[in-house]
Amino acid sequence: MKQDLILNLYRIMKRIRLVEEEIALQYPKWEMRCPTHLSIGQEAVAAALSMCIRKDDFAVSTHRGHAHYLAKGGSLKSMIAEIYGKSTGCSRGKGGSMHLIDKDVGFMGTSAIVGNSIPIGVGLALSAHLNFTDQISCVFLGDGATEEGVFYESVNFAVLKNLPVIFICENNLYSVYSPLEVRQPKGRKISKMVESIGATSLSGDGNDVTNCYRIFRNSVNSVRSGLGPYFIEFFTYRYKEHCGHEYDNNLGYRSVAEFETWKKRDPIELCKKQLLETDLSLIRKLDKIDQIIKEEISDAFLFAQNSPFPEPQEAFSGLYADS
Amino acid sequence: MKMTQIITYAEAIQQAIQNAMDLDDGVICFGLGVTDPKGIFGTTLGLEKEFGKKRVFDMPASENAMTGIAIGASLNGIKPVMTHQRLDFFLLAMDQLVNGASKLHYMFGKQLNVPITIRLILGRGWGQGPTHSQSLQAWFSHIPGLKVVMPTTPYDAKGLLLSSIFDLNPVIFIEHRWLHSSIGEVPKGDYRIPLHSALQISSGKDITIVSMSYLTIEAKKATNFLKTKNIHCDLIDLRSIKPIDWKCIYDSVERTGRLLVLDSGFTTGSVSGEVIARVSMDLYQKLKSPPSRMACPDFPEPTSYALTKDYYISAGDIAKKITSILEVPSEEIDNFLPKPAPHDTPGDYFKGPF
Repeated sequence: MKQDLILNLYRIMKRIRLVEEEIALQYPKWEMRCPTHLSIGQEAVAAALSMCIRKDDFAVSTHRGHAHYLAKGGSLKSMIAEIYGKSTGCSRGKGGSMHLIDKDVGFMGTSAIVGNSIPIGVGLALSAHLNFTDQISCVFLGDGATEEGVFYESVNFAVLKNLPVIFICENNLYSVYSPLEVRQPKGRKISKMVESIGATSLSGDGNDVTNCYRIFRNSVNSVRSGLGPYFIEFFTYRYKEHCGHEYDNNLGYRSVAEFETWKKRDPIELCKKQLLETDLSLIRKLDKIDQIIKEEISDAFLFAQNSPFPEPQEAFSGLYADS
Repeated sequence: MKMTQIITYAEAIQQAIQNAMDLDDGVICFGLGVTDPKGIFGTTLGLEKEFGKKRVFDMPASENAMTGIAIGASLNGIKPVMTHQRLDFFLLAMDQLVNGASKLHYMFGKQLNVPITIRLILGRGWGQGPTHSQSLQAWFSHIPGLKVVMPTTPYDAKGLLLSSIFDLNPVIFIEHRWLHSSIGEVPKGDYRIPLHSALQISSGKDITIVSMSYLTIEAKKATNFLKTKNIHCDLIDLRSIKPIDWKCIYDSVERTGRLLVLDSGFTTGSVSGEVIARVSMDLYQKLKSPPSRMACPDFPEPTSYALTKDYYISAGDIAKKITSILEVPSEEIDNFLPKPAPHDTPGDYFKGPF
């Protein structure tokens, strides 16, 4: 794999990580007054996909959607402003962290309801099919969403109509604080279950960004060429609490040993190691990348903090679209 | 004036979809049974042949996902018309309707539109029973961002369906099964009825009757009879349950000072309750008597022929209620407006099975 490509993957992941870390740092000032689900630890899947799809492809995501939004090319300033509830936010302050959108880059929205955006992504794929375009639709979901009936229904229809959709399941082992073993039968392989519905299915290491990239390159090509839907299960891990800025290992729902095991396989550190193993002098380049990202983030937070709140009267407009 | 024709309500629905699909390649039509030999009581017959399998299709029994798929497609230029043979089946899709369709425009700062039309058919009688007969327009009206319409005549069915399909917002389009065979004059081609306008069917000084869907048919029989007794009613067919045409209702109540609301839904938390609440608050000084309503009892519809005898509201019940509000005699009503027999069908021609 070319070094430039890996550097790009590193840059996208690191940008997501530093954005999320800044949110976590600023959150206790209590100016971001909405439920916020951070993606720290889960950056690789989103970053890898973003290098394999086009701007005019669609994506939809979940309550934990910052990484997907940013990787698809969503405006950083608009996202931060949205979390601050400002009028310059990507949803004009009406959505918050859980309702992100950037239509200009095909990012068609996130949902706070588990599984809710899955059929919407399939519907976008249906529109591409009806409009005779070669766009694809990328549906991000978590392991919990595979327990929803709507997930099965959506995959079934996508297979039935051979739609251009990729279901991307980030299996981070927990639904809020509920581990897989209380939610799914022992030994269940989600990808095998979905394969039986008829989608091309596979699973992979969601913390190895170059592995994710290879998987996406093949699957995106396949879906775009009309060979039907794909389902990919990536194993990954969230570092922070389900919702909020803190670590929550003190709660005892997961072991510190488990946490440390995953942290040793941090997607960004793995990628950095891979780069430095080939060329130690890249360290300066990586530092430079980090520096540029930090400046961008600082600008975005300043933009959000200095943006005006929407007028209170705005709450009472925008219910219906005008014909 | 456009050419008109005498057709059934079901044919009027079919024509509206056909015209819409003709006018706009983005209109698609799907639902369980849409392409089967019966074509949803005739309302979708011939569409697949005319417009092809890509735009007209049957679907998996996946009401929730298919609603989300309609929403997703509608975000990118498609105008889906989705049909359910009973409203009750659609209850599986409340997540996509309430958390999705109704919210996206507002929640994403006016950047998304969800131009979908969801046709729901209400059952009544012939043993439809507890889960094939629920008239839940009040639920949908409760949700900000939805529009809800309940046409009564073939003319309104076609004009309102065309408006619904081309509206930029999600519309719940509720058809009463007992209306599908009713006939009326309907223009050929495209015409639109605004989605916020009630229809004043008759004018009278004595009382305002606000009605909806099939109950307007019963109300017409009642008010026609009462006319012969020199009782003159303002009969208003709501057509649109949300947004509701408050001006039409208020203008009428200001004139008559009396109000009876007829509602095909359960009593508690009903649309009729909302109409009476608002009129009572805003026009209290104008009222000559307390507002009244007639709605389904707060019980499920039972199945047995014997058990539905007193369940539904008939023209005679309405006429009696009006005479009691006006404090005038009601003796002749049972002779002229007897309980329909059989009471569980819209007419002798109807043998179900659903």
